Amino acid sequence: MTAAVIPETPGAYTGAAPYLQVRDLSVRFATEDGVVRAVDGVSFAVERGRTLGIVGESGSGKSVTSLAILGLHDPKRTTIAGQILLGGRDIVGLDEESIRRLRGRDMAMIFQDPLSALHPYYTVGRQVAEAYRVHHPDASWREAHRRAVEMLDRVGIPQPARRANQHPHEFSGGMRQRAMIAMALVNNPELLIADEPTTALDVTVQAQILDLLADLQREFHSAIILITHDLGVVSQVADDVLVMYAGRAVEYGTAEQVLRRPQHPYTWGLLSSVPSLHGDPDADLIPIRGNPPSMIHPPPGCAFHPRCGYALLGSASTPGAAAGACEVDVPQLRQVQERGHTVACHLPEGKRVEIYRRDIAQAGVVR
Amino acid sequence: MHRFLIKKLLLAVTTLLAISVITFALFFLVPSNPAEVMCGNRQRCGPERLAQIEQRMGLDQPAYVQYGQFMKGIFVGRTFGEGAAARDCPAPCLGFSFRNDEPVTAIVARTLPVTLSIVFGAAAVWLLIGLSVGMVSALRRGTFFDKVAVGTSLVGASMPIFFFGYLLLIVLVYETGLLPNPKYTPITENPAAWAGAMVLPWIGLGFLNSATYARLARAQMLETLSEDFVRTARAKGLSKATVYGRHALRAAITPIVTIAGLDLGTYLGGTVITETVFGFTGLGKTALNAALNLDMPIVMATVLLAAVFIITANVLVDVLYAVIDPRVRLS
Ligand SMILES: Nc1ncnc2c1ncn2[C@@H]1O[C@H](COP(=O)(O)OP(=O)(O)OP(=O)(O)O)[C@@H](O)[C@H]1O
Ligand code: SF4
Ligand SMILES: [Mg+2]
Repeated sequence: MTAAVIPETPGAYTGAAPYLQVRDLSVRFATEDGVVRAVDGVSFAVERGRTLGIVGESGSGKSVTSLAILGLHDPKRTTIAGQILLGGRDIVGLDEESIRRLRGRDMAMIFQDPLSALHPYYTVGRQVAEAYRVHHPDASWREAHRRAVEMLDRVGIPQPARRANQHPHEFSGGMRQRAMIAMALVNNPELLIADEPTTALDVTVQAQILDLLADLQREFHSAIILITHDLGVVSQVADDVLVMYAGRAVEYGTAEQVLRRPQHPYTWGLLSSVPSLHGDPDADLIPIRGNPPSMIHPPPGCAFHPRCGYALLGSASTPGAAAGACEVDVPQLRQVQERGHTVACHLPEGKRVEIYRRDIAQAGVVR
Repeated sequence: MHRFLIKKLLLAVTTLLAISVITFALFFLVPSNPAEVMCGNRQRCGPERLAQIEQRMGLDQPAYVQYGQFMKGIFVGRTFGEGAAARDCPAPCLGFSFRNDEPVTAIVARTLPVTLSIVFGAAAVWLLIGLSVGMVSALRRGTFFDKVAVGTSLVGASMPIFFFGYLLLIVLVYETGLLPNPKYTPITENPAAWAGAMVLPWIGLGFLNSATYARLARAQMLETLSEDFVRTARAKGLSKATVYGRHALRAAITPIVTIAGLDLGTYLGGTVITETVFGFTGLGKTALNAALNLDMPIVMATVLLAAVFIITANVLVDVLYAVIDPRVRLS
C-alpha cells in the first residue's frame, strides 16, 4: 500500500500556506469495549476567507475531528496522531495552557444545540463578555459587557443592550444561535468551526443563520469549517467539501467538484438522499441502505463495502481493478484527473464517471 | 418572583393548617382517656376527679371547640380551668405534659437546642466532607482517590447510624477513653463542654451522611461535566479553575442544595436514633418517649414542630432554587 496522498487545498487559492492544515489526523479513544478509531488518517486544509464543508452520516467522525482541532479531547483517554497546523504551528500534543490561549481567540466553535451549549444560569451578555475578558485580561467587566452588546448587535439581535441582560431560555432558538455566534466571534478568531449550527433550527431561521455566517466571514475574513449532514446547506455556503465515512476522508474537492461531479459511491448515496438537491422535487429519496459500521471493528478493506452497490467483491472482475479489492485493501485518497479533487475508491476513474452519468445523474437524482 | 413567593407561602400555610387538624385528630384517635393518663399510673382517680380534670382541660367540649381552643392557645395563649384553679398558658401555648404537668413549651425549649446542636454541627461536617470528596472524586475519576472514595462512601451510605454510633462509642469512649461519655451542656453555659459532648454525634451522623452526599456530589458533578455548556466554557479558552468553579460547580450544586435543605428540615424534627445512641434528650427522644407514654400534648407539639421545620425547609429551598436558577422564576 502506498502512503496516503496529502492533498493540497482544492481549487485555486491565492496566498501562502492555508491558515489551517490538518495532516493525516487520527483520533482514537480507549474504551471498555476496545479502541474506537473515530478518525483515521484525515487530511484537509482551510484558507482564511474560505469555507470547508465536512459532511457524513452520524458517527463518521466530524465532531471528533473538530474537537481535536480545538484540543478538547481528554488527553488521558484519547490518542491523537498526525499534524494540525494552525497558522503554520503544529498544535497536536501542545500543552493544555498553550492550547487554551488559542481557544476562543485564534479558533472558536459554535455547537449544534445553542440552548444546551449556553450556561442556563448566566445572562447572555455575561457569557459573551466572559469570552472577551478571558483573552483581554486588562479589560474590565464593564468594557467587556459593552463589547458583548456590540457583538450581539452585530449578529442581528434586536435591542442588544436589553437582551444582554436576559438568560438563554428567554431567547428563541435562532436568537440563541446568534448569541453563540457573537460569543465565538467576539475575539475575532481566524478559524471558526460550526458543528451543525442549524440542525436544531427551523428552515427559515436556518437560512438566516447561514446568511449571517457568510456575511460575517466577508467582514472578519475568517476560515470556516461547517460541519453538517445536510448537503443542501453545504451547496449553499461551502467552497470546498470533505466527505467522511467511518472516520476516513472518502472524497475531497471543491464544492463544484464534489457536488456536481462526485466520484465516490458514498457521496452518490448522500446526494440521492437529499431532497433540496433534487432536480425533481417529487423524485423518490433513496436513503443509503444499511447502517454505519462499528468504529471498534470496522469492516476490512473499504469500510463502505457492505453497503456499496458497486463493490468489487471476490467473484466479480472489473478491468483495471483487482477482484475482491474492496474487501481486502483500504482505498487511499487519490487525485483524479481534475486538479484538487481526490477520491478513495478502488473503482477505476473511468468506470466511476460512467456509473455516475448512467445511474445517478441520468436518474434525475442530482441536478 | 413575588407571585411565585406568595404562592409558595400560601401553600405552606394551608399545609400547616391541614397538619394541625390531623395532629389534633390524633388526640381523639388514641384509645385512652387523657384524664386517666393525667392521673398517672399509680394513683387511681375516682369518677368525680376524672370529670374535674376533663372539665379543666376542656375535654367536655365538642371537638371543634377544642381545636379552636388549641389554635387560640398557640397564637394568643389560653387559660385552663376557672377561678382559683385557673392556670395560665401564655402563647405559644402547647398545653401541659400529662405526666408531670410541665408546660410543653418549656420541654421544647429544653430539648430543641440539643437537636439543633446535633443537626447543624453534623450538617456542617457532612456538607464539608461530602461535597469536597464528591467533587474531587468526579474531577479525578478513575484514580486511586476516586476508587477509595467510592468504596468508602458505599459502605458508609449503607451503614445504619445505631451500628456506627455504638462502634464510635466502643472505640473512642469505652475502649480507649479518648473521649468522655457525652453529656449535654448548653452552649450558653460552657461552649467548650458543649462542643466536647457534640463531637461524637457530629462524627456519627456527619460521617454517615457525608457518604451519601459524596455519592450525590460525585454523580451531579460527573453529569454536569458532560454538559454542552461545560464544553462551551472550555472552547472559550477559560482556565480549568474557571470552567469547574464558575460553570460546572454552579450547575452541579443546585440539586444538592435542594436535598440538603430538605434533609435539614427532616432532621430538625428529631434525630431519634442518634439521640438515643449517644444518650441525649433531644426533640426526637422526647417525641418517642411521649408517644410511648401517650403524653398527647407533647406528641402533638413535636409532630407539629417537625411539620413546621419540614415545610419551612421546603419554602426556603424553593426560594433558594429560584434565586440560583433563573429558569424557575418564569414558570
Ligand atoms: N469520547 C469518546 N469516546 C469514545 N468514542 C467516542 C467519543 N467521542 C466520539 N466517539 C465515537 O466516535 C465516532 C465519531 O463520533 P462523532 O461525534 O465525531 O460523529 P459525527 O460525525 O459528529 O456524528 P453526528 O453527525 O452524529 O454528530 C462515533 O462512533 C462515536 O461514538
Ligand atoms: S472502494 Fe469498493 S466498496 Fe468502497 S466505495 Fe469504492 S467501490 Fe464501493
Ligand atoms: Mg457531531
